[in-house]
Amino acid sequence: MIHAWLPAVLVAVLFGLGLYGVLARRNAVLVLIGVELMIAAAGLLLVTSGAVHPDPRRAGLTLTLFLITIAAAEIAVALGVVIAVFRARGDVDMSLATGETRVVDATDPNIPVMSQRDGA
Amino acid sequence: MTAYDLCFAIVGLLSAASGLLAVTTKHLTHAALWLVVCLGSLAGCYLVLGAELVALVQVLVYVGAVVVLVLFAMMVTRAPIGRSTEHDTSLTQRAAAVVVAASTAVLVGAVLVSLFSGPARRIDVAGTHALATELFGTWVWPFELLSLLLLIAVVTALALTRLRSEAPEDDR
Repeated sequence: MIHAWLPAVLVAVLFGLGLYGVLARRNAVLVLIGVELMIAAAGLLLVTSGAVHPDPRRAGLTLTLFLITIAAAEIAVALGVVIAVFRARGDVDMSLATGETRVVDATDPNIPVMSQRDGA
Repeated sequence: MTAYDLCFAIVGLLSAASGLLAVTTKHLTHAALWLVVCLGSLAGCYLVLGAELVALVQVLVYVGAVVVLVLFAMMVTRAPIGRSTEHDTSLTQRAAAVVVAASTAVLVGAVLVSLFSGPARRIDVAGTHALATELFGTWVWPFELLSLLLLIAVVTALALTRLRSEAPEDDR
């Protein structure tokens, strides 16, 4: 016996956190972490619906398995795109416009010096 | 307040707290590691809800494969080790993101809580046998389509790594 509003609240919280991660992060890999949280929220909603409602076809569980598979395929392709962007631009900063690159301060030890590009 | 409620509240709080840390931490690698905790405790939530197979697949695929991929991508893109404020947008954009995310969460939460309100319900536990019968019976064609999707994803990821830029000075 479970009160079904508890998982519903967790779904909303995880979705909000994922949305914040997508909107507030600049690094493309961290944006993907936000997307993963949103997909996880969707999976929890499917499992909850399957658990507390009559579900003779087991649609909740099956669709969650499909969702996990699709998310894995999505993250593989997305990280491939991120690495291709890194090779082409030298950074994965989503707040910079096309062709613009971050000014690298060579004295700052926190920022790794990118490869020599454009005669810089 | 039933025992299931208590168990779900514990793992759910763990999941929400680690999810918050994953999207707010200043350490790039810590974000991926907090994602492990978040998705692992979410697998605990699935266990409380009676979905053992989904919980195991979640641990295997998400915690085992996806997070390792994310860590690999961080290494390849030369992510800085240690604290760095480079990963976050400006303060105004983060404040706007908090407002948008909180209002979306409240909206989704209000709709879902009104849908799922009411007295405590019995959890409909599907055994693995029943789930397998449905998965390879009713859902077999979507299942086969997913294998095609995975094949396409593998080919796409390979094609992306072979991608060369058109610029003559390709420094790889």
